[in-house]
Amino acid sequence: MQDGISAERAAAMIPDGASVMFGGFLGVGSPERVIDALVARGARGLTLICNDTASPGRGVGKLIESGCVAHVKASHIGTNPITQKKMISGEIEVELVPQGTLAERIRAGGSGLGGVLTRTGVGTVVSEGKQVLEIDGESFLLEMPLRADFALLRAHEADHFGNLTYRLTAANFNPVMAFAADCVIAEPEEIVPVGVIPPDAVRTPGVLVHHLVRRPQ
Amino acid sequence: MDSKEVIARRVALELRDRTLVNLGIGLPTLVACYVPAGISVAFQSENGIIGFGEPPPDGLEDPYLTDAGGGYISALPGAAAFDSATSFALIRGGHLDMTVLGGLQVDSSGHLANWMVPGKLVPGMGGAMDLVAGAKRVIVAMQHTAKGQPKIVEALTLPPTAARRISLIVTELAVIEPTDEGLVLRERAPGVSVDTVVASTGAKLLLDGDTPTMPIVSPERVAA
Repeated sequence: MQDGISAERAAAMIPDGASVMFGGFLGVGSPERVIDALVARGARGLTLICNDTASPGRGVGKLIESGCVAHVKASHIGTNPITQKKMISGEIEVELVPQGTLAERIRAGGSGLGGVLTRTGVGTVVSEGKQVLEIDGESFLLEMPLRADFALLRAHEADHFGNLTYRLTAANFNPVMAFAADCVIAEPEEIVPVGVIPPDAVRTPGVLVHHLVRRPQ
Repeated sequence: MDSKEVIARRVALELRDRTLVNLGIGLPTLVACYVPAGISVAFQSENGIIGFGEPPPDGLEDPYLTDAGGGYISALPGAAAFDSATSFALIRGGHLDMTVLGGLQVDSSGHLANWMVPGKLVPGMGGAMDLVAGAKRVIVAMQHTAKGQPKIVEALTLPPTAARRISLIVTELAVIEPTDEGLVLRERAPGVSVDTVVASTGAKLLLDGDTPTMPIVSPERVAA
């Protein structure tokens, strides 16, 4: 049974240098309150695993401009000129991962799989240094599982058992990231009593969620 | 009619009834405006929805209903929303009938480069590599040249997006199909000569008969 913690408490649990997965697609479906709290506490040296770095002032973009980030693993940084600038200056190291490969590496990391074989990236710079396997005469790239110390999720509703629902395109990477971190913290719009979310509607089973972030009182 | 509209109206003729289609950001997005009457297409946005429509009127935007460019969209009756892993299983798993993408370069073997310019522009590949590797048909919709330089070249000078050959190139001048033999000039735009297409192309073009004029979706064929 979870009563919820404050965004400040959640941010304090995440040490400098931690690897953190953030749900969100161009800032849609990102845990904004925990992100604000990480900026406020002056987090440093974080490794971000996320689809993109949103835009200045939005989603994980706020962590980028506030100097909280040392490494980024993402599929796209083109919407945030500050990420590009910091990558060129060497302040942030960026690893670009194809979007579907990113989702599957995270899924593998959270599902006990030793890796993913995909056609995506074969014959491109993405394949550099990676094993290529021939299966039935076709080339597949071996991509390794991805996990993090923390996953920070944005949900629509949570119940006190931590069961989560999502809304429309705000789901994106949140459900898959819920499996792939040692500590999973979800920021729902609302925390509702157990029983309000029907079992069929649960998208992320509560057993995966360690902490819920409650709204400010 | 500007060149982008010519391209979008020609690409729209490649749409087939009851198919799933993903449109890239920018020029390819325009194709949705010219779906021929009588054809029903489901559009996917890779951030997690099938069946989206026009942006809603001012004030009715839903902050959790956006496309892959971050713009507000509406959900049509019958729409389905899902997470990123599901979205890319659709793309890579042979469930996506067609994708339309922008291009920086296409070479004589039909390889596409569209995700970075070393030292200048490194936005990231986003979903482009998965789309080119996974969609049943890959259509590149792009301007024929950039700053006077051909974008269809003998060999790519930019990093490729995939090892796979794309299906069709549609520009404001021509429709070109990469084949085992090379790039075949299938159609030329209205009022454009074969010589003009050849002069604007940096790779050898194979001619197939007398190169008919490109048909385009005319305004009266666009569904209301």
